[in-house]
Amino acid sequence: MKITTEYRHGRLTVWLNGELDHHVAKDIIETVCREIDQCLPLSCFIDMKGVGFMDSSGIAVILKIYKRMKELGGTVIIRNLGKHARKVLDISGINRLVNMEEVKA
Amino acid sequence: MITVNYINIEIPSKSTNEGLARSAAACFAAQLDPTLEELNDIKTAVSEAVTNSIVHAYPETIGKISIKGKIFDDNTLEITVRDWGRGISDVKQAMQPMYTTGGDERSGMGFTIMESFMDKLRVKSTEGKGTTVTMRRRLSYRAGNIR
Repeated sequence: MKITTEYRHGRLTVWLNGELDHHVAKDIIETVCREIDQCLPLSCFIDMKGVGFMDSSGIAVILKIYKRMKELGGTVIIRNLGKHARKVLDISGINRLVNMEEVKA
Repeated sequence: MITVNYINIEIPSKSTNEGLARSAAACFAAQLDPTLEELNDIKTAVSEAVTNSIVHAYPETIGKISIKGKIFDDNTLEITVRDWGRGISDVKQAMQPMYTTGGDERSGMGFTIMESFMDKLRVKSTEGKGTTVTMRRRLSYRAGNIR
């Protein structure tokens, strides 16, 4: 899993690339939460375009980022969510908490 | 039902093997000519079961996980994930959505996903002896697929 982050004008963007499972979940949570603590962004965009596979670990990752951003009064937006990852997230009901931009074809 | 084909895999409970386990299950299932969605559902369900064993069955140690696949003559795939770890004291509670003892990186949605992505889910567990998860999914016959 490759994690790339960029902070600009109050917005933290996180690009995830690879398979999102339990093996990489802790690393993502730690990396992103460290960035959030450092930049104190107003919004956090998670770009899922490069995520080929995701299991319930993805729910835990997004929930954790959401909780940290909520503490700061910020928002979480998920971008380029694939069809399968969407199916996993929909089961969890997390779509009621975070913003999801249009589903990637 | 007649067993048409089978596969037996044994892995140590290391998290690096999660990807290997679901990919192996997907390769085996590919014989049934599944749709991409069916394949992703199977991969996800297997990933959940194997992760459960890694996280919960052997929290402090590395133990053995067995993954068995079977294909039946009615286009059904059966996957059994077994460990010889701690076991689950209350299976009903463990299967509740959002219930987890796994800490921050777990969502408590593993069994819920297995249940909704597969047709059948059976969980047998004995404390101190281990857990066996059996899942079945009947795959669609696709047009032009002669068998």
